[in-house]
Amino acid sequence: MGHAVQAAVSILFDGIAYSMVLFVMAVGLSVTMGLMGVINLAHGAFAMAGGYLTVTFLGDLGLPFLPGLVLATLAVGAASVPIERALYVRIYRRPHLDQVLLTIGVTLMSIAVATYAYGPSPLSIKLPAFLETQVGLFGRDFPGYRVFIIAVGLLAFLGLWGGFERTMLGAKIRAAVDNRAMAEATGVNTTRLFTLTFALGSALAALGGALAVDLVGLTPRFAFQYLVLVLVVVSIGGFGTIMGTFAAALIIGVIDNAGRYLFPEGSAFFIYLIVILVLICRPGGLFGRA
Amino acid sequence: MRIGSTSWIAPLALLAIAAGTTVASRAEADTVKVGVILPFSGMAADVAQSELRAMKLYYKLHKAELGGHDIALIERDSKEPSGATAQTLTRELVVQDKVDMLVGYQFSPDAIASAPFITQAKKLAILVNAQSSHIPMLSPYIVRVSASSWQITYPMGPYAFDKLGCKTAIVGFTDFAPGRDVAAAFKAGYEKAGGKLVDSIAMGGPAQVPDFTPYLQRIKDEKPNCVYIFTPAASFNAALARAWRDQKVAEAGVRFLGTGDVTQDSVLPQLGDAAIGWITGGHYTADLDNPANKKFLAAWTKEYGDKVKPDFFTVQGWDAMAAVFHVVKTLKGKIDADKAVAALKAWKEDSPRGPIMIDAATRDIIQNIYVQEVVKKGDSLGIKVIGTIPAVKDPCKELGVGNCAAKK
Amino acid sequence: MAAPERTGAAETFLRRRDDARLTEAGFWVLALAVPLVLPEHAAFGTQVLIMMLFALSLDFILGYAGVLTLGHAAYFGVGAYVSGLLSAKLGWHEPLSGLAAAGVVSAAFGALSGWLLLRYRDLTLLMLTLAVSTTLFELANTWSSLTGGYDGLMGIQIAPIFGVFEWDIAGVTGYGYALALLLLCFLALRRFTVSPFGQALRGIRENPLRMRAIGAPMLGHLTLAYTIAAGVAGLAGGLFAQTNAFITMDVLSFERSAAVLTVLILGGTGRLYGALFGALVYMLAADRLAKLSPVYWEFGVGLLLVVIVLLCPDGLLGLYDRVRAAFGWRSR
Repeated sequence: MGHAVQAAVSILFDGIAYSMVLFVMAVGLSVTMGLMGVINLAHGAFAMAGGYLTVTFLGDLGLPFLPGLVLATLAVGAASVPIERALYVRIYRRPHLDQVLLTIGVTLMSIAVATYAYGPSPLSIKLPAFLETQVGLFGRDFPGYRVFIIAVGLLAFLGLWGGFERTMLGAKIRAAVDNRAMAEATGVNTTRLFTLTFALGSALAALGGALAVDLVGLTPRFAFQYLVLVLVVVSIGGFGTIMGTFAAALIIGVIDNAGRYLFPEGSAFFIYLIVILVLICRPGGLFGRA
Repeated sequence: MRIGSTSWIAPLALLAIAAGTTVASRAEADTVKVGVILPFSGMAADVAQSELRAMKLYYKLHKAELGGHDIALIERDSKEPSGATAQTLTRELVVQDKVDMLVGYQFSPDAIASAPFITQAKKLAILVNAQSSHIPMLSPYIVRVSASSWQITYPMGPYAFDKLGCKTAIVGFTDFAPGRDVAAAFKAGYEKAGGKLVDSIAMGGPAQVPDFTPYLQRIKDEKPNCVYIFTPAASFNAALARAWRDQKVAEAGVRFLGTGDVTQDSVLPQLGDAAIGWITGGHYTADLDNPANKKFLAAWTKEYGDKVKPDFFTVQGWDAMAAVFHVVKTLKGKIDADKAVAALKAWKEDSPRGPIMIDAATRDIIQNIYVQEVVKKGDSLGIKVIGTIPAVKDPCKELGVGNCAAKK
Repeated sequence: MAAPERTGAAETFLRRRDDARLTEAGFWVLALAVPLVLPEHAAFGTQVLIMMLFALSLDFILGYAGVLTLGHAAYFGVGAYVSGLLSAKLGWHEPLSGLAAAGVVSAAFGALSGWLLLRYRDLTLLMLTLAVSTTLFELANTWSSLTGGYDGLMGIQIAPIFGVFEWDIAGVTGYGYALALLLLCFLALRRFTVSPFGQALRGIRENPLRMRAIGAPMLGHLTLAYTIAAGVAGLAGGLFAQTNAFITMDVLSFERSAAVLTVLILGGTGRLYGALFGALVYMLAADRLAKLSPVYWEFGVGLLLVVIVLLCPDGLLGLYDRVRAAFGWRSR
């Protein structure tokens, strides 16, 4: 039976690593959708941008791994500000159909730009030596990169959660999520808040995309492929909640991984069935407000 | 009644098309129009680009052989691998552009969907890739110059058992037609030789690169001597190599075998040192040592530089153009589909991949299969050919199994 | 079109909005002329007609009832697979009954899913519609022994229509078949939209609170509309399977749902003809851009979407109306 336990531990570990990537990619979307009520289907494009910028910084510019990662994250976050000011403000109060279509349009354009700039072939990054080693934990060896991902994910979760609960900015965001008009009445500059939150969300998406490159590879189709998964995580977890996104990412990541181990011929539809069940029982997601 | 009014238009329109075609073809008898259907956008775009470049290079170098004739390529993008666009393009190229023959069909569904129209239109269709074994059976005008998945995989079964010490094995494959073909082929060849196939694992669909970790974990848990894997494209191969390294499967005592797709030359450098020692069976590698290949590589490097190595896809494009040339030269520019197919059935060529010919019975290609090992070459990776299985006919059709079983 | 008793300004408004116009005939005559004037484009024309039908079905539920769905391809796909499987697996090759079966099954599925889903609104409903179509997509993938999975469903053979009209390679027969179906469905949907039921749908779209207050059976109306939309989408899917004689899982894909949404916003929602014009413009643009630059046609579509949403959200026909109003032209 020790062998089955070994397998279970591996599945759990790999599932959690995958979950952390999903979490980091999805949390930005959860917050912006909860805060601004805007359906941003271009979120996958920001993740993809993070991936591609990382490839450039690490590959062409030869930067070391961690600075390259951080720089890519910050760059996308910064670049998202003028995009939000120019495009997204115009659709905040528009019907959902308009938001869906505009953001799909942005995604399509970003895929075309990525194809033009980087070509359609898949790209990869070279991990630094210290991440390619094995890490010994609890008497077993685990791949270093996946340990790194889990660490980053946990840090992000704690940082965001703490930030939301403990800081003034977090309080303002929570207030604006609950009741924008009231928050504005108490002097919160919601416009600036939106831009800041959007930038943060996009930066996190970029980080998630950058982390995913070595896990699953990067092509221009990344933007759409991971969009659906991210939407699943966000709707199961609930909009505007960090804890919800974290829990949902864990569930989806582990189940998806286990499914592929146990039923390789096809278990993907199971995840979408879960979405339907969760949303029917709790329309706001597991942690959201109904 | 609308339907009534349309119905007599149909034969009239077809008559007009036929008349127009005869007039047009008489006027342009010297230029053979070739419709090229390849996925210039999407996941396989770089492969399509490579194939087209090979076709154009062959044309450039051999143009003089055509005598008074010329070849015009009409390129169309077949986009997604579902076959829907390829099918529409086949019809359009025949009806609107009035091509003399069709070349291309990267994905098996492209060819499968288009087969009925190829037959209806009576045009020669040369498959540049599309590896599902039964495809040439779908239309009498389809000729394949690439390879069939059974042809590449079936001989590796006995080779693995006899020469590589694989008493037990697992086959892993990307879950779509060519993948299932490979799984069936390996099982058939391997079990016939006496091997024990422990498991057959579908590793996700072709639309998205999966995280290979759970599949490799399962392989490790089942402890076979060897694993035989097929993944269709560059992104999959690189992800597979990464996961293979991370999961330390080789250290667990499992030997890696695969189809030539996994170690295609253009992507080989990206696989990293984890791939050293991998053994694959395929119909071409740029490291093949024969005169035709040397000439081909020299010409390729001269025209396109040495940044991207040609791989088996490239050579398939090259040989496709060679086939087109053979047809045009043999029929002296007057392309009739039945005569064209007959011409190709008699075709033999010294290709960069070695000697090739078309099987007159099946219209599929007969070629060598090379057993290749990944070795370190300087800073990067290269291929060493450790065995050759000569003149392999497609075993699926030879044995008449599965999809290749003769229909009523 | 027998209308109930109407008086005064209300009558004028409704008549102006709902009655058929002579200019409409122009569209249908042009559509009929295509196989005569451009016979080699008949196959492409058939695909345009199918997209028109699909977009019409979406307009009914989105433009009139105000239900935004990211998964309308689910019903298109169900219809396609029903028609396809009837022929490929059960050996039933008669086209009209195969098509009817497609419509009935997808309508039934629409009724069931609508009844379940339409209790929810906004983002929840959006995600549910996406989840339904993605579940079907993955089911088709898992069950590939039946559906053919990524390789597609092979062996679809359709008998000549009425036993007389053979399927030619230029696609003229298919075109006539599709055009006839499109006209029939258009007339039926038109009838629905001008009826009191259609009015109720508009009411639900404009002001759900008010509708509830006056006691309208919201879920019942929406489910019925959704069922009709699903049925028509299923007919479009069945048509697709029959005219192409080959389908793959992308009949159920998110890309297809997104494409039909694009078509609708391009043409303009809530006016039936928006679906038709939008489909025509979209298919032509996609075709032209793909031939111009095979690799980058996506950029064009993306840009088109952004521009339309920002500059003319009521689509081409909305733009046309605004231009006419600016010039002071009235319709009657």
